[in-house]
Amino acid sequence: MADAGIDLLRSSLDLLILKALTWGPMHGYGIGEWIDDATQSLLLVEEGTLYPALHRLERRGWITAEWGVSGNNRRAKFYTITPAGRARLRAEARRWHEYAGAIATALRRTGPALA
Amino acid sequence: MTIGPGWKRAFRLPRLDRKSVERDLDAELSFHLAMREETLKRLGMSADAARTDALARFGDHDRIRDECLTIDRQYARKVRLMEWLESIVTDVRYALRRLRRSPGFTVTAVVTLALGIGASTAVFSALSPVLLEPLPFPHASRLVTVDDRNEAGIPMPATLGTFAEVRARARVFETIAAADDWQPTISGTGEPERLKGQAVTASYFQVYGIAPVVGREFRGDDEQPGGARVAILSERLVQRRFGGDRAIVGRTIDLDGNPYTVVGIMPGSFANVVAPAAELWTPLRDRVTGDLSGRAWGHHYKIIGRLTATATTESATRELLALGRSPTASFARPPWANLEDGLLVRSMQDDVTAPVKPSLYAIAGAVLLLLAIASVNVMNLLLARGSQRRGELAMRIALGAGPGRIMRQLLTESVVLALLGGGLGLLVGQLGVHGLVAMSPPGLPRADAIRVDLRVLAFAVLLTTLVGLIVGLVPALGAVRGKTTDGLHRAASSRISSRSTARSVLVIAEVALAVVLLVGAGLLYRSVTRLLAAPPGFDASHVVTMQVVESGAGFTSDTARLQFFELALERVGQLPGVVSAGWTSQLPLSGDVDGYGYEAQSVAESKNGAVGSALRYEVTPGYFSAMRIPLRRGRLVDATDRAGAPEAIVINESMAKRLFGDRDPIGQGVRFGPEMGSDRPWGYVVGVVGDVKQYSLAADAPDAFYVASGQWLWVDDVQTLVVRTSGDAAAMVPSLKRTVWSIDRNLPIQRVRTMDDFVTAAAGQRRFAMVVIETFAIVAFVLAAIGLYGVVAGGVIERIREIGIRAALGATPAVIVGSVVRRSLALAAGGAVIGVGASLAATRLIRTMLFGVSSVDVVTYAGVLLLMLVTAGVAAWAPARRAAGVDPTMALRAD
Repeated sequence: MADAGIDLLRSSLDLLILKALTWGPMHGYGIGEWIDDATQSLLLVEEGTLYPALHRLERRGWITAEWGVSGNNRRAKFYTITPAGRARLRAEARRWHEYAGAIATALRRTGPALA
Repeated sequence: MTIGPGWKRAFRLPRLDRKSVERDLDAELSFHLAMREETLKRLGMSADAARTDALARFGDHDRIRDECLTIDRQYARKVRLMEWLESIVTDVRYALRRLRRSPGFTVTAVVTLALGIGASTAVFSALSPVLLEPLPFPHASRLVTVDDRNEAGIPMPATLGTFAEVRARARVFETIAAADDWQPTISGTGEPERLKGQAVTASYFQVYGIAPVVGREFRGDDEQPGGARVAILSERLVQRRFGGDRAIVGRTIDLDGNPYTVVGIMPGSFANVVAPAAELWTPLRDRVTGDLSGRAWGHHYKIIGRLTATATTESATRELLALGRSPTASFARPPWANLEDGLLVRSMQDDVTAPVKPSLYAIAGAVLLLLAIASVNVMNLLLARGSQRRGELAMRIALGAGPGRIMRQLLTESVVLALLGGGLGLLVGQLGVHGLVAMSPPGLPRADAIRVDLRVLAFAVLLTTLVGLIVGLVPALGAVRGKTTDGLHRAASSRISSRSTARSVLVIAEVALAVVLLVGAGLLYRSVTRLLAAPPGFDASHVVTMQVVESGAGFTSDTARLQFFELALERVGQLPGVVSAGWTSQLPLSGDVDGYGYEAQSVAESKNGAVGSALRYEVTPGYFSAMRIPLRRGRLVDATDRAGAPEAIVINESMAKRLFGDRDPIGQGVRFGPEMGSDRPWGYVVGVVGDVKQYSLAADAPDAFYVASGQWLWVDDVQTLVVRTSGDAAAMVPSLKRTVWSIDRNLPIQRVRTMDDFVTAAAGQRRFAMVVIETFAIVAFVLAAIGLYGVVAGGVIERIREIGIRAALGATPAVIVGSVVRRSLALAAGGAVIGVGASLAATRLIRTMLFGVSSVDVVTYAGVLLLMLVTAGVAAWAPARRAAGVDPTMALRAD
């Protein structure tokens, strides 16, 4: 059960990173802030876990990284979503909605199975 | 492997080495922490508290860092691999483009390499099953053959008595079996045919570890004399005679007029290496009896064995020697069994490959030389090309390509060249294999296993790559070591001279290698010529022979047998075109061997065959004139020598000399084999004829005696008809066959061959090696000549200025031609001297194949040297003419 929980967490984190990047290139800190804000601090318990996820996504070609300068004039690594990343986001988002919808419907059921 | 679009971009980032990967990661993570600290401080936290809180929110920093680093490193590796692959593709494309641009060079190099690699591949595929692969049996290394040895130490088949004793007493064998030749005539379905087979002990197939595909093996009770007749057939025979119908198992077939029940079929893959021609087997029912003149004490049994897991051929040899020296009462031995001298135990692999090893090794050596010459030639071409492209390379170095990169690119080019050559070479090899198998002398073991398979393919690929790297290395090193500026200023003459020195060294090596091959080919050629010129003791021209087997119920008595032979002879004699004809029980150079010990009445020490043994030829009078065997003294066997008359013996010169020295042999009493020591009357020597070679052209003629068919103890039922014709001998075959069959339609006729065929086949081993090595030598010679020409011509072009100056200073064309030719001769002479030295060592390897010439044969060496020098002169001719025609003003203006 613990593994399934981590998998679920990891795949939803990947999804949110891709979502965050649809607004434009961002550095890791910015992505973390966006996710924190968008999920009411529910998902990112440890901020550091964001980075392995970012690097994995980069390796799979869904995002790319480039060094740039942040708003407060520091050197920062900016991530950009690739076309493959956008396609992945669309597919995963749809899957997520179906899944969540199915679970929600099931939980709302009141009677036993129809024979 | 799918690569996301990100990798190309990423690989432009300077992040591939370990250090920068770590640096980037640390910078990224500390940026995050710094941003968090700043935010917390803005919310009113103290600096210390902000740092602590930022770290706490971040989580386990080290673990996260490690995780990221692992991911990044994998990524970096992937990117590096892609980059590397892409650069190889680029290099190969570049190499192909460059090769396309100089088709002359490319075609020459590819064809040269194809010859070298193709020949090597063909030879490897022929060698591999014979010398490298184990025999196709389970635990093949434990299979051995056991042979007796004669007084001279030459292996000969063992006796059944020896087999029985070894089987009962020796501990080193897991299984042991004996086999005897068995050649039954099959009849009933189709034409009567004499088959090659073996009579074997029940354990025979267990020794090999191969079981029948259908039916059963022989059992112990099959060996009982008087039991039901059974046979096991080979799949080949079932295919050939019974249309592949496996239902033949359980049915009976007719062999020698007796019904045999087929009990099993051996698989087609079963390689019966000690008797490859055998197609069927029956249980060996010979028994060792007290009668020492019986079959069981003759030397005609092949013993094969499977050693126990711990035994070796050495331990087996030791045990058999110990056993031989401690006779027991239960195993009687005749005096000639000489077991106390031990038996010869050889691994089966060695035993079956021993006869062909010398020629195969010689061929392998020759092909290596050829490959070396081809490689050196291509190396030379690459060097020559290198001097043309120095400008291009210098430009690339100046533009920032490192020496490693340049070198890799040049090596890629030579490997691409080699791969092209190797591809073409495989085709050449395929043809070569067919040629080798077609030419291979009979008796090349496992010839059916020779083919181009995966193993050969792997060998070719490996060889090709290796050749490509070696061939490219010298020129590539030379190119890289050159200074950039050297190449850009083309006039750097010192580089030219060092390069042409390298080319000269290579061409000298090439000539030396070619000389070795030419000397080897020359020696073999002279051996074969001498061998064929050596008198065999008979006149082979216009003689045709065929072996006829008297089979069937009509031939049970000696009288009936003799009657048939005489009747056939009478009818053959009436055929137009027949000069003379006769029958013989054994034919020279045919592989027949039938010998007996002899004793002479007047020579005391010859009692019981102590002096030696002689080959027996049971003949009709016409045999001598058909073969033109010359009479030296006395008379030949004639029509008066019939059953009942005193036994008339004709002996050959060797035997006359050995037995009687200078005494007159005519009238001497002699007895042979089973007659010795018996109360039969002595036979009398009536004549002496010339020696005839029986075993091979190279071996000395053995002692021999001739006796009339009908005067010997029995009349052989398998004899060879020998016919001298006035016209083409082979053309007589159909009418001869018709004549034999006009008497009895059911007689198998086999081994129909002219005596010329036998003589040619007898030189087969050497001829095979000679033809192959000669082919290699010719190719090598042409390559060396081209190499010489290339270097001399290149030398003229490189020194065209110098030649121009000399011409301007008054050197006559003759002087200039002289200097060019001298250079060519010097190169050839240098190579020839080294080559002669190498030949003296190398030809020792083929010494066993030489006949009538020494391995330091002066004529051969002188001939090869002369050939090389003349070639050097010819190769220099065109460049020399060109040099002589140089216009001084033009030459000085060049560049």
